[in-house]
Amino acid sequence: MANTTQIEAHSVGKMFGDFHALRDVSLDIKEGEFLSLLGPSGSGKTTFLTMLGGYQNLTSGKLLLEGQDMTNWSAKQRGFGMVFQGYALFPHLSVAENIAFPLKVKKWSKAQMSARVDQMIEMVGLSGHAHKKPKALSGGQQQRVALARALAYEPKVLLLDEPFSALDKNLRGQMQEELRRLHRDLGTTFVFVTHDQEEALALSTHVAIFNQGALQQIGTPSEVYEHPANRFTAEFLGDINIMSLDAEKGGVAGTKIDLPTNASAFDHIALRPEHMRLAGETDVNKLPVTVRDMVYLGSKSRLVLETKAGEELMFYIDNGPGLPPPDLGAGLHVAWDTGDSFAL
Amino acid sequence: MRPYLLLICPVLLFLGASYLLPFLGIVQLSFTDPDPGFAQYGHVLSDPLSLGVIGRTLRLCLIVTVVSVTSAYVITLLWVRGSPLVRMITELCIMIPFWISILSRAFGWLSMLSNRGLLNTWLQDLGLIDSAIQMTRNEFAVVVGMSHYLIPFAVFPLATAMRNVDERVLTAADGMGASRLRIFWQVYLPMTASGIMGATLLVFVFSIGFYVTPALLGGGQSVLVAELIYLWIFQIPQWGMAAAMSVVLMIAVGGILYLLIRRYEDVTP
Ligand SMILES: Nc1ncnc2c1ncn2[C@@H]1O[C@H](COP(=O)(O)OP(=O)(O)OP(=O)(O)O)[C@@H](O)[C@H]1O
Ligand SMILES: [Mg+2]
Repeated sequence: MANTTQIEAHSVGKMFGDFHALRDVSLDIKEGEFLSLLGPSGSGKTTFLTMLGGYQNLTSGKLLLEGQDMTNWSAKQRGFGMVFQGYALFPHLSVAENIAFPLKVKKWSKAQMSARVDQMIEMVGLSGHAHKKPKALSGGQQQRVALARALAYEPKVLLLDEPFSALDKNLRGQMQEELRRLHRDLGTTFVFVTHDQEEALALSTHVAIFNQGALQQIGTPSEVYEHPANRFTAEFLGDINIMSLDAEKGGVAGTKIDLPTNASAFDHIALRPEHMRLAGETDVNKLPVTVRDMVYLGSKSRLVLETKAGEELMFYIDNGPGLPPPDLGAGLHVAWDTGDSFAL
Repeated sequence: MRPYLLLICPVLLFLGASYLLPFLGIVQLSFTDPDPGFAQYGHVLSDPLSLGVIGRTLRLCLIVTVVSVTSAYVITLLWVRGSPLVRMITELCIMIPFWISILSRAFGWLSMLSNRGLLNTWLQDLGLIDSAIQMTRNEFAVVVGMSHYLIPFAVFPLATAMRNVDERVLTAADGMGASRLRIFWQVYLPMTASGIMGATLLVFVFSIGFYVTPALLGGGQSVLVAELIYLWIFQIPQWGMAAAMSVVLMIAVGGILYLLIRRYEDVTP
């Protein structure tokens, strides 16, 4: 996988009337990367993706492709593959004809075209469905046709707008696996829009988190999950416990705690629930808490704990043999490694 | 016994009484008046006059259908995809004709197209022609008049089909580099085929029964089936012949409809 920068966005902005759909988004996409654009509904993901593809104009900023300014190129000139939200298959054409359409436009020879179409149909596992119309296919199969069509002419970049949002959970998992395999096998750059955190973390090499039109953070899944840049990212990416620092910034809820190095500049520290454990003899950070609620979840139970300062923490315990669940109102000590906590 | 059958009984009775019974009367007439048997049908289907009229009717109605559906397609495109102003103007142009009776419209075209009508006068004033061009009392006038009447009807099935086109499909085709021409012929047109089929059916069936427009604008030069039936009922009373002709027409339309509808099912997405 070459490590060269393929696409650069410089201070990209988009306005609809006087509404800022995107403001000042700058990011780099490396060749062969699998970048997920993640954010709540209306955060500007689709807008950014369609601007990358050349389907919408920028209001400000510029886009570079391999160092060349592509801001004013049409979608055709950029030549990226795109899988639209809702697939956008040609309803009157068969699976094979759908996949052949972009090749016909590019004037491939008949022989090349049919070989390529067969290869793509094989690749997405639709052999035997080549002559069906889209309406005769299931949602997952239509999804594969859209993928095959977008990948048929080997675009340098594939853009996908929530390709799995219409699929049920099992099929979704299966398609995610296939998309990962495709990405591994082809080495094409994928830019993938989703509002599903788990999907983004599981699939991508990089995640860009958007909120209200602004880029919050970009990094590898573990970077953004374990070291969120701000409170929004921290809360958006999963369960998080946030505790206020004491006035003199020496600990939490009256207990002295070993704090992350930059804590003095902030008011809170945050911690993922899975980084918390029941305190043992040797632990340094021991926080006394009270059990306020417990929810049985099968292999685990989720506890709601309350600190001396009245803040609630989420905590999971395994329901193993010989571990009696704590009673409501009981006191416990929880602990964590300083490196797992971060200041916010 | 399915209860809903009971509920639709009144409708069936009403339809039976108002359509089926009179039609059976016509069928009966066609086999009995004046001679019992197939004599009337024999005549209708062998007499050069009536055969000519049937042939001319089918030919003219086909032309009218093609002209109407094609023009309606363009108008509907403007109505569905135009700028807000274009849309509003087109909508008015589609709606206004519905408020004008078929008779006034035929007279309107007469005053437009006749030898001393608007068009000929203008052309002569501009010095483009020396003497009036014959634009009424012929098939041209009939096609113009009938198409003008039928276009608004063709607009609605077309508009439904066009509104159902997923915009993203067009964007996708565009992004793949397809030219506008290719997108129209290979994507948009096939995606609206169900509307074209619907409009074609509607216009064709309507056009077969036209009486006023061809009578006025054709000026007796291009007699169509409906006029001939009228003639056989009111001028030279031959009710059996008129009835037989009606039945033949009915079967012809039914057959064509059947063929078109079978095709229609193929194209509906
Ligand atoms: N053509 C447009 N005209 C006006 N506003 C628009 C237009 N397209 C998008 N917006 C607005 O821009 C904002 C971002 O929209 P966008 O479609 O990019 O969101 P998204 O992150 O893709 O959301 P979702 O997850 O719901 O698809 C939204 O508030 C939306 O209402
Ligand atoms: Mg979106």
